[in-house]
Amino acid sequence: MEFRIDRSSGLPAYLQLVRQVREALRLGWLEPGDRLPTVRDVVAGSGVNANTVLKAYRELELSGLVEARQGSGTFVKAGLGSTDPEVMNALRSRLAVWVREAREAGLDAEDIDALVRSVLAVDGDRAAAGGAGGQTNEGEGVAVR
Amino acid sequence: MTTTVTEPVEDTAAAAVHAQALGKRYRNKWALRECTFDLPAGRVAALVGANGAGKTTLMSVLAGLLDADEGSAGTSGRVAFVSQEKPVYRHFTAADMLRLGAHLNVVWDQARAVRWLDRFEIPLDKACGKLSGGQQAQVAFALAIGSRPTVLMLDEPLANLDPLARREVTAELLGEVEETGMTVLLSTHVVAELGGVADYLLLLAHGRLLAGGDLDELLARHVTYLGPRSDTPPALGEVVEARHRGNQSTFLVKLPEGQPRPVVAGQWTERPVTLEDYVLAQLAATRKGLGA
Repeated sequence: MEFRIDRSSGLPAYLQLVRQVREALRLGWLEPGDRLPTVRDVVAGSGVNANTVLKAYRELELSGLVEARQGSGTFVKAGLGSTDPEVMNALRSRLAVWVREAREAGLDAEDIDALVRSVLAVDGDRAAAGGAGGQTNEGEGVAVR
Repeated sequence: MTTTVTEPVEDTAAAAVHAQALGKRYRNKWALRECTFDLPAGRVAALVGANGAGKTTLMSVLAGLLDADEGSAGTSGRVAFVSQEKPVYRHFTAADMLRLGAHLNVVWDQARAVRWLDRFEIPLDKACGKLSGGQQAQVAFALAIGSRPTVLMLDEPLANLDPLARREVTAELLGEVEETGMTVLLSTHVVAELGGVADYLLLLAHGRLLAGGDLDELLARHVTYLGPRSDTPPALGEVVEARHRGNQSTFLVKLPEGQPRPVVAGQWTERPVTLEDYVLAQLAATRKGLGA
């Protein structure tokens, strides 16, 4: 896989790499057992610092998504999107109802996006404050499709 | 470019570059004052600051080209320094320059130097004076890389390079760092291109070190708040920059250390701080504040 760094984004480069791996997992480009590109390949391909790549891989390892195998590289351990499809569908249909309500109240896609983000931010902070040393400050972006 | 062998740093084993209350004066004007930092080995550090902030002076002192008037500095192992002028001998070909490098340096890796020139398609048999400015810079870089330094210092390495060459030089340089584990200190004005490239920041203003440390940690301790016009930000912290336009206010705030990130709500929104936001705010603040 190829990584892209958006240098004008306020998101630290290592978190951008983490997010891209998670996205690749979600979309099925990466599957359990696959090997992540070597640090050297990422450095050469994307022009990022080796320390940045190592930091990203360490973060992914801490969250249990990948594992480093001595001498052979970093491998995907678990998949994402393991949420039960039925639960997923239920959440989706409730969200669809909510979106319709928001539309009827006069909100456009941008307003909805902003509202979701602000709720997520508050909720994320609460989770981080409540969890014992919760260390992910990634703040997953939500796309309203 | 110069390679100097300096005394190894004694007490700080992990620091590749070390400065303690470093000061340098030109006649009666201090170009550098009370500069203290430890750059850990293996880091890629960006040295940033306005024109005349003391960047070149600091690098020259660290490289051993200038004597400090105050304090002390040390670097571990061999240091290579490529000055802003990217000096080459006009009548020497690139091949001659490498031969010179082989003779002048304690350690020399010819293959590595040649690989750099190959990578950027620099003719080996043409006099340097007939090469373009960008190509001459590549010859100077190749010489520095060939000397296999432990610490590589580059003064404005990206100036005078086109955007594609900037990206390629950066990528190639980071590849060398990954392979050799060397420490890099580079000064630059192109702050917007440093994300993911540098992992350490040294910010100079008026000869003084305003900030230094791990880049991600530094930026994570800052936040931008946008909201209705107000004299104070919505959360506690040190205001680095405040802007008021019409009925909107923007604050760049340094959050207090060791406390959870404050939650702001209502009419306020928060945005992460980019390196560019941070550097521009700091430079603007010192220009208004101290004024030398």
